Amino acid sequence: MSAEPGVPVVRVDLSGVRRRLDGTQGRTFWKSLEELAETPGFLEFLHREFPEQASEFDDPAGRREFLRVMGASLALAGLTACTKQPTETIVPYVKAPENVIPGRPLFFATAVTEGGYAKGVLVESHMGRPTKIEGNPDHPASLGATDAVTQAAILGLYDPDRSKTLTSYGEIRSWTTFVDTLRAALGPQRISKGAGLRILTETVTSPTLAQQIKDLLADYPEARWHQYEPAARDNARAGGILAFGEAVEARYSFANADVVLSLDADFLGTGPGAVRYIRDFASRRKITSERPEMNRLYVVESSISVTGASADHRLPVRPSQVEGFARAVAAGLALAVEGGTADHADLVAALVKDLKRTDGRSVVVAGDAQPPAVHALAHAMNEKLGAVGKTVAYTAPVEAESVDRLASLKALVADMLAAKVQVLVVLGGNPVFTAPADFGIAYAMEKVALRVHLGLYDDETAERCHWHIPEAHSLETWSDARAFDGTVTVMQPLIAPLYGGKSAHEVVAAFRADRSGHDVVKDYWRAHLGGVDTERTWQRVLHDGVVAGTSFPEKNVTVKLGEWARVAPPPPAKGVEVVLRPDPSIGDGRYANNGWLQELPKPLTKLTWDNAVLMSPAMAKALGIVTTTNYDGRLENGGKRISTGTISDVVKVKVESRTIEGPAWVVPGHPEGVVTVHLGFGRTRAGRVGNGVGFNAYALRASTALWSATGVEVTKSGATHLVACTQDHWSMEGRNLMRAASLEEFEKNPEIVHEGGEEPPAELSMYPRHKYEGHAWGMSIDLNSCVGCNACVTACQSENNIPVVGRDQVGRGREMQWIRVDRYYEGPPEAPETYHQPVLCMHCENAPCEVVCPVAATVHSDEGLNEMVYNRCVGTRYCSNNCPYKVRRFNFYLYQDWETPSLKLMRNPDVTVRSRGVMEKCTYCVQRINEKRIDSKNEGREIKDGEIKTACQQACPAEAIIFGDVNDPESRVSKLKATPRNYGLLAELNTRPRTSYLASVKNYNPEIRRG
Amino acid sequence: MASPVPKDTHQTEHDRLIAPGHDFGTVTDTISQIVLQRKTPLGWFIGFGIAFSLMQLLFVATAFLLFKGIGVWGVTIPIGWGFDIINFVWWIGIGHAGTLISAILLLLRQEWRTSINRFAEAMTLFAVACAAFYPIFHTGRPWVAVYWLMPYPNTMGLWPNFRSPLIWDVFAVSTYATVSAMFWFVGLIPDLATLRDRAKSKVWKVIYGMAAMGWRGSARHWHNYETIYLLLAGLATPLVVSVHTIVSLDFATGIVPGWHATIFPPYFVAGAIYAGFAMVLTLAIPLRKFYGLEDFITMKHLENMAKIMMATGLIVAYGYMMEAFMAWYSANPYELFMIKNRMTGPYASSYWALILCNVVAPNFLWAKNLRTSVPFLFCISLVVSVGMWLERFVIIVTSLHRDFLPSSWGIYSGTRYDWAAFVGTLGLFVTLLFLFVRFLPAISIFEMRTILPGAAMGDEEGK
Repeated sequence: MSAEPGVPVVRVDLSGVRRRLDGTQGRTFWKSLEELAETPGFLEFLHREFPEQASEFDDPAGRREFLRVMGASLALAGLTACTKQPTETIVPYVKAPENVIPGRPLFFATAVTEGGYAKGVLVESHMGRPTKIEGNPDHPASLGATDAVTQAAILGLYDPDRSKTLTSYGEIRSWTTFVDTLRAALGPQRISKGAGLRILTETVTSPTLAQQIKDLLADYPEARWHQYEPAARDNARAGGILAFGEAVEARYSFANADVVLSLDADFLGTGPGAVRYIRDFASRRKITSERPEMNRLYVVESSISVTGASADHRLPVRPSQVEGFARAVAAGLALAVEGGTADHADLVAALVKDLKRTDGRSVVVAGDAQPPAVHALAHAMNEKLGAVGKTVAYTAPVEAESVDRLASLKALVADMLAAKVQVLVVLGGNPVFTAPADFGIAYAMEKVALRVHLGLYDDETAERCHWHIPEAHSLETWSDARAFDGTVTVMQPLIAPLYGGKSAHEVVAAFRADRSGHDVVKDYWRAHLGGVDTERTWQRVLHDGVVAGTSFPEKNVTVKLGEWARVAPPPPAKGVEVVLRPDPSIGDGRYANNGWLQELPKPLTKLTWDNAVLMSPAMAKALGIVTTTNYDGRLENGGKRISTGTISDVVKVKVESRTIEGPAWVVPGHPEGVVTVHLGFGRTRAGRVGNGVGFNAYALRASTALWSATGVEVTKSGATHLVACTQDHWSMEGRNLMRAASLEEFEKNPEIVHEGGEEPPAELSMYPRHKYEGHAWGMSIDLNSCVGCNACVTACQSENNIPVVGRDQVGRGREMQWIRVDRYYEGPPEAPETYHQPVLCMHCENAPCEVVCPVAATVHSDEGLNEMVYNRCVGTRYCSNNCPYKVRRFNFYLYQDWETPSLKLMRNPDVTVRSRGVMEKCTYCVQRINEKRIDSKNEGREIKDGEIKTACQQACPAEAIIFGDVNDPESRVSKLKATPRNYGLLAELNTRPRTSYLASVKNYNPEIRRG
Repeated sequence: MASPVPKDTHQTEHDRLIAPGHDFGTVTDTISQIVLQRKTPLGWFIGFGIAFSLMQLLFVATAFLLFKGIGVWGVTIPIGWGFDIINFVWWIGIGHAGTLISAILLLLRQEWRTSINRFAEAMTLFAVACAAFYPIFHTGRPWVAVYWLMPYPNTMGLWPNFRSPLIWDVFAVSTYATVSAMFWFVGLIPDLATLRDRAKSKVWKVIYGMAAMGWRGSARHWHNYETIYLLLAGLATPLVVSVHTIVSLDFATGIVPGWHATIFPPYFVAGAIYAGFAMVLTLAIPLRKFYGLEDFITMKHLENMAKIMMATGLIVAYGYMMEAFMAWYSANPYELFMIKNRMTGPYASSYWALILCNVVAPNFLWAKNLRTSVPFLFCISLVVSVGMWLERFVIIVTSLHRDFLPSSWGIYSGTRYDWAAFVGTLGLFVTLLFLFVRFLPAISIFEMRTILPGAAMGDEEGK
């Protein structure tokens, strides 16, 4: 019998019990040990005959006491929950791992790769489970921020649909069986010097893997290493060769650029440097009334992108018109370039003037989808502008082996068709799904005797291979990779491979002898790190997440205006053109099984769980496209019952003999005469989440027209499709929600953003005002910095254990993300201004939700937070009805997956996993606030400004979100709230939101007529 | 319009409250024989069977709701309330006629209430029972809602949020249900005694006997009875106004454009009476027809109810007008948009149907020949019931679906489970009514006797 210290217990005198039992004869009946031991309490009980209070019933004071106690205990007995807590066994560590304190996470530096390039991260690990990914502040591609895809990598790690076993022809096999088979197949290859051996990888920047493959090729000199990447930057590479005669990597410094011209380049949305570029770009848009200077962005684009949406001047054109425009600008800069378009002469003239004005502090960026000549023109213009060294730098290619990846795959396919290949090892990637349609790669692969696939999923390529090896996730492996500037990160695993996966290093090593990934990577770096104490350096490298000094040095190259500068581009095509792009959420299709990314509303279109044929309003009108609201119960598509949502007409897009069918979706500002389709959907073997979502746009993609095609036929197919869109409405309805001004207006009158908005006096409330003795948390969101990249949305989803609800539920409007990025258009639908506005709980001072909750489940904290008490919530949804910002999310079903074991590992242990029937919403990451509060108390100090970062703030590449104590006038957030751009959304309702916005300011060129 | 007790049996057909030729005996016989002697007609079994089957839908829908979650309904963000609250308000509104007839008309000495008050009160109770289903089951976690909404002492010192209109609702509706039930039951006691005395079977004698609580009809009993009945009437009177006022505050205290209006309390109360009388008419017309009670529920009754319906209908129409006027007069962009969206948005058809049902239709009742046409009255009462349902749909759905931030606008429609629950409550309501007319006197026997010409002397004595 033990008890908590300090709690009095009746100690049973066991020796007394024994004594009494010994001293009795015959049978003795006893009721309790107390009786046996003759404890004083029991004797008194016997003596008193009645329970203590009952015998005093006639004493008035005692009776009152009795009634009070009885009343309370009856109430408690009847009303407390009767759930029995399950028995849990807690087993302590036999040998406790170093530094692991339960409840305190550890952070490990590593990298997550995309398209071969590293994005440096710090991964939060709770008791050996990675739970959250943050950016690595020391990493040049991150500087502490991340993008949505990187945030979602944690779900990719725990995806229950990942392939779990090594298989051969669908049968489970052991690794040793595979190695034996491989070595047996290599026997003949040794004789032929590897003439029939091919290795196909994605883009490789890993120095170790490159070295391994080179060593392998030394063993088999006739073998070939091919690289393929569906969204490879081959054009940029070819453009460099065209301009400089050698392949280079262009690295931009947008922080130094006063004027930026993007030629169809989505540098804020895609590419290995996007996170860093957003940071640099946004740093030039954080204007104050004291320093009203900002950069100016011109975008000429053939589709839609977050870069275009951030532009001060945007020109939507056909893909085939970009080159003509580029040539016109180049000619304007007095370069010996011909073939410039005569259209947009005013714009070109003003643009040229603006580019030249800044004395080299301007930059021209060409898009990956643009032909090599446009890249070469951009290089020439940058050189002419004197931008090289200021806003752009050239380095050696970051890829370990720079090749034209399309040509590389083409050569492989040709070899396979010619039956020259006997052994094909596919290390990552899904070429069967992503290769251009005209290659017929699936057919060509049939001619290879032994096909091996290493991949995270048993995907379309795995299906075509004899052997499939489950790949270890980035967070499970030892590896290394380079960032966009060449900086190396040595990747360390956060957890042992969940499903016994192998890394590419281990597979390549197995050609010679089995070696662990750790040994391979460490051996390489032991040889390359140098220094006196290699082990110390190795530890330092792992700790920092970067290998210092591995950024590529600048290269001196000069543009040679060759024949390409004088050859006019083919005249812009007549008829409709199609633009093919990787999907902003699921990329080239590799993230198709990631529920967070599938459900992430795409920037601009706000579509989830689908790709669509994007087109301009005028084109939709000409085609007779109808988008209607569907009400529940309507029968659709052959009698199938479909739910509430938006339905759109399906169109057929035909290029030569290739066709796809998909729902049409109207996007204001989309170039005329162009349709955009996003790649990556229509997977058949992605997993339970990604299978059958959307249509496969790769079917349209030919090797001759990778990024766009002309001569497209678009027709209505007659069918309709239910689309899950989170924001159907384009317009602000003339409401003053998104405050914006031009720089000119702002300079003249910084108060312009407050015009037309009224804020009632603070005392205008029936209820007394809250008082804040200590902290009062608040947030400021800079709408001028926000580019709408969605990193915050996924970061929040990861931090706060937010479930995925699926397409049907999103269609009904039941998505669960706590933060959303609202998108509004302003101006004519053919060329509108686009604005993003991240909206999360405003933590209102006079919160409309708090008043109406009948059970006080949403209450105001003494630090100003509007807190949700999940335990108390009964789910009347009144709070959501009364919330003017509609930031509350309701668990209409049991959305959270309580069953899948791997997903249990993923959850943030500091955040409640919500169940069915309760309301939830942004908490300002209260768990992070409390963590820092505990830290500061333990250290006997105040919480420092900037110490607490909400998940959205930490992920934001633009540093648009600032959180802090508004009671402290010196805090960053207080200072921002004091600036003239600050305004409260719907402040006229007297909600007094704690989250406020900094108005958007566009830096228009006064010489260009708008609209 | 206080009319004197009609003592003259030569009044016109339209004016009399009871057909000529009745005495104490025939009144008692006619009403009690429905319960005691008459063979239960086949039509009763068919009607009851249908209603009972429909009621099963409610059980199925509720079981599925509890099993899967609120998501089986069409509610979503931003339309957090849909059929659940529409139906709740609709049923509660219907429940208003009973108490109004019983209490207010009693206090106002409107003798014509006598023949309709009993089943109007029963209808009230059943409507409140149907209404009560929704606030409980519309919550995400009904298993905790039922007691967390109640203030009870607990170790956490945690009370409900008394600022929330939903808590006021809990008190208002539960008080209303309790008082209505008491009022109804107290009014039944003398008649239950009559049934006890006239019942042939031993079982029914015991059952009615227990329910009659030892009523022997002594002067002392009558004295106590009259006192308590008047007291209860006094107690119930403010409830007629308070319940729907508080229901309207669920909306009016919200900041949603379309809800946030001071006109809501009177406009809701008028709407409730309007809907309630429509439902009484809907029930009275078939009842008098099938049970041959035309002698007791006369044209005078129907006409009076039609008049009240028209009067309250016009108040409701004024409410609609004021909503639109205030939206314009306020110059508030959100309010202006709301009214425009109601009239021209995705739910415009509902709005205009509502105007047709609630504003245009009752104006036909100005014509006396239409007002006294039984089939026409029946039709118009159904139209008004539909109109009042649409009114709640328009108020709840069109206000919520497009509020402040266009980014969050949404669309709503009821799912099959919404409909199942609605039809199921209709089934429950009709089932209870069938049981009521079969086992209890649908018209107050003893009160009918007081309006017989022969009872006048007793009346005089009473005064």
